[in-house]
Amino acid sequence: MKGWGIDMWGRLSLEALPHDIVTIGGVVGGGLAVLAGVAALTYFKKWGWLWREWITSLDHKKIGIMYMIVAVVMLLRGFADTLMLRAQQAVFGAGDGGPISADLFQQVFSAHGTIMIFFVAMGILFGALNLIVPLQIGARDVAFPLLNSISFWLFVAGMMLMNLSLAIGEFSTAGWLAYPPLSGLEYSPGTGVDYWLWSIQIAGIGSLLSGINFLVTIFTMRRKGMTLMKMPIFTWSVVGSMALVLWAFPILTATLAMLTLDRTIGTNFFTSDLGGNPMMYVNLIWAWGHPEVYILVLPAFGVFSEIVPVFSRKKLFGYKSMVMALMAITVLSFTVWLHHFFTMGAGANVNAFFGIMTMIIGIPTGVKVFNWIFTMYKGKVSFTSPMIWFMGFVVTFTLGGLTGVLLSVPGIDFQMHNSLFLVAHFHNMIIGGVVFGLFAGITYWWPKFTGFYLHEKLGKIAALCWIVGFLVAFVPIYILGLMGAARRLDSYDPSLGWQGLFVVAAVGVLIIGLGVVVQVAQVAYSIWKRKELRAPHDAWGGRTLEWYAHTPVPEYNFAVLDTVKSRDEFWQMKQENRFRSKSTLLPIELPKNTSAGFLIGMTAGLIGFAVIWHIWWLVVIGVIAVVGLVIWANLREETEFELSVGEILRHEKSMKRAGL
Amino acid sequence: MLEKVEKLIKQLSSFLTMKRIYITASLGLVIAFLVMFLMLPGKNIALLDPKGLIAEQQLDLLVFTTLLGLVVIIPVFVLLFVFAYKYRASNKKADYQPDKKDNVLLEIIWWGIPILIILLLSVVTWVTTHQLDPYKPIESSKEPVKVQVVAMQWNWLFIYPDHGVASVNELPMPVGAPVEFSITADAPMSAFWIPNLGSQTYAMNGMTAKLHLVADKPGVYPGMNTNINGEGYAKMRFKANAMSQAEFDAWVSRAAGSDNHLDWNEYTELSQPTKDIPPRYFMLHESDIYDRVIAKYMDHGGGNKSTDNQNSGHNHEGMGH
Repeated sequence: MKGWGIDMWGRLSLEALPHDIVTIGGVVGGGLAVLAGVAALTYFKKWGWLWREWITSLDHKKIGIMYMIVAVVMLLRGFADTLMLRAQQAVFGAGDGGPISADLFQQVFSAHGTIMIFFVAMGILFGALNLIVPLQIGARDVAFPLLNSISFWLFVAGMMLMNLSLAIGEFSTAGWLAYPPLSGLEYSPGTGVDYWLWSIQIAGIGSLLSGINFLVTIFTMRRKGMTLMKMPIFTWSVVGSMALVLWAFPILTATLAMLTLDRTIGTNFFTSDLGGNPMMYVNLIWAWGHPEVYILVLPAFGVFSEIVPVFSRKKLFGYKSMVMALMAITVLSFTVWLHHFFTMGAGANVNAFFGIMTMIIGIPTGVKVFNWIFTMYKGKVSFTSPMIWFMGFVVTFTLGGLTGVLLSVPGIDFQMHNSLFLVAHFHNMIIGGVVFGLFAGITYWWPKFTGFYLHEKLGKIAALCWIVGFLVAFVPIYILGLMGAARRLDSYDPSLGWQGLFVVAAVGVLIIGLGVVVQVAQVAYSIWKRKELRAPHDAWGGRTLEWYAHTPVPEYNFAVLDTVKSRDEFWQMKQENRFRSKSTLLPIELPKNTSAGFLIGMTAGLIGFAVIWHIWWLVVIGVIAVVGLVIWANLREETEFELSVGEILRHEKSMKRAGL
Repeated sequence: MLEKVEKLIKQLSSFLTMKRIYITASLGLVIAFLVMFLMLPGKNIALLDPKGLIAEQQLDLLVFTTLLGLVVIIPVFVLLFVFAYKYRASNKKADYQPDKKDNVLLEIIWWGIPILIILLLSVVTWVTTHQLDPYKPIESSKEPVKVQVVAMQWNWLFIYPDHGVASVNELPMPVGAPVEFSITADAPMSAFWIPNLGSQTYAMNGMTAKLHLVADKPGVYPGMNTNINGEGYAKMRFKANAMSQAEFDAWVSRAAGSDNHLDWNEYTELSQPTKDIPPRYFMLHESDIYDRVIAKYMDHGGGNKSTDNQNSGHNHEGMGH
């Protein structure tokens, strides 16, 4: 037992501060950005506003917007990582040295993958779900508003831990999925893997809670008359995605917990000896990891299934087929995880089975592509920026589908596994599928929540930069894979002649970077010119209920809840001109603000930090605090407030007076 | 100030017509692809330039699957652009049917054709997965060469038990003779890959993975680790040197007569984390080094240390074998 003076702060000491110039630069840059934000809030006296209107809010729309903001900031950080990786491989990889050491390079690609999946893609996804799903099913809120706030703040806590690793300690060097034994105590004794574990563990629990919340919301809170087969297709895609969250995230939680126990108290679940089995980890992490891909991509499919009919001014081709395809993908995505490690020595029967199951997923996915294309058939297609994203999506996603089928054949995968061909393939699916889909969705739904359009031309330029940049960045990566280049190389033999292609790839990333700059400019310019870009309730000639709500959407979403009669309800209402409500206005109950979500999230983050640094007394305090907070949050008596009929009427009138 | 900015933006905007933007984007793509294409001649595009039977079969499979995929992809691209052009909103002549009924026949076609294609590909997959199983010996008139591979942090050790020699970071092999690799790791999970010769396999602690390859043409082919296993991961390369039988025999006798002796002490030193050891040859002084490397990880706790490597090694072979 050492004295308090030494032991009190566990492993934490001044040694944890960054030493190399690149990391210090990142910390200073990030720190300055945070300081600027704090200074601005103080100068404009906005702290109270931030607390009352945002941090403690349980309004699903505000939580959605906060998810979006955090995710977009993380996108910029993840993209900064990309620039470092590309610069290293294009400029310094063929020689020796350069400003990025092998160790730092490995931290950067581990952080890049972790951030992009957990804090960008998942963040934008949950942001979109929060904003759209309740409106689309004609509800006033999600099923569990407080749980929703807790989920969001757990996500933020994970994000903060992830970024704290830059300033205090280090990040994992074991890749975004941290296979043991590399991620075990023997080979990674530092705090890096612990940061990785706790940031995604905390964020992951938030995701699981959100999954439950949205499933319950969709199954129990749909507007009267909206049977399952009348549900908008985006909501269907969310059902698939959230069912996967519900089934897959517990696997992640358990797997991370076992690795945490291995690292923290010396158990042997995944060690090489003493009966541990690292192969079990690889199986478990992909039993979550493969469904995770579909958790992200199904809602992107849903977005395009909304956009294509609206901009073709025609109903979706083959709605039933689309629902069947979505559900087929949902179920099948649990039967393919082993294709991530055909080279781990399974027998030919096992490999062949998982290869064939993987190909089968290609069938419903292909059907969806044909249905989207035939939605344009005999329609009136206007090529707004969401449609440019759609065209780019079909081209890139189909190419990714082809390379995916190649990789699903074990005989071919033996040659391509862990090569840059694989890296190009999954970026093909994530960028071409998920990112394009989410950007299309943001452009499409933006006017609903802000009251103005995003500038169209800038949007089209950004989309083109992304599409062209993607192809220029990743076609050379595919070729390098065919040349036998492995992934994650901080250096390579210059005599192989790979450098030129790495330079082309870096140019491609710069083109994508230009797209990002244009997107930032687009948002800034659109806010500046918001009066000229003002949008009506029904910004695009929409078909689903969210376009029936006022713009911007009032806290209660809909004043009256009329029965739904058809699939494209709002389109039908417009066709039949039935806007006069038959319901009478009733008082509306809305959730009261509470700080419980924020406090629980931040305390969970503190527990993570304390375990990472072995500050055990703080862990104890944190756990007690979380339990206390949860009890307190549940004992609150007045959780809702009532909006009287008079107040609703006044609100409705004021919105009409504003010319909206 | 703000007005000046606005004016500048207006000018820029009228210069950047959508037409000009589309042309720039297309031109940019064409130039990029041209540059990439011009970079290719003279390079080792390993997967398209197989030097052994396994890699050749894998290339055939790659080409076949790609062609099959194109059967679906080409119609997708054609339909996408034809419909997008024909049914653009500005085309007043095009037919517009906003409530067009679903066409069941069409849907049956595009559920049906992919199902047929995947059915065909499934059969091919089943057959080739067995044919290309890394555990399956290659049929040949020549006697297979046995090589035990140890992935260390961050070097490769190749032991030739039948020849009594060993080598670090270079893999001499006779052309035309199948090589039977037994692969393990004394490092975090690693992976053994010679792209010109085919199939890669994970190398894991306390287990043996089998891999059968053959080189049909003489040459020096790059080999590497593809699974991150620590700081020196990228430097963990080797050269597979395919040579004639006579050259191989000469190499074996050179190595067997060398002063470098590989015993457990020498191995322990060699397996310390280091990068970039230049290729070195050894006379194999102790024949059980590979088994002892595996046994290092066979501690099941409770003091029941198994010394029967043959037996427990078998239990720890990759899943399903």
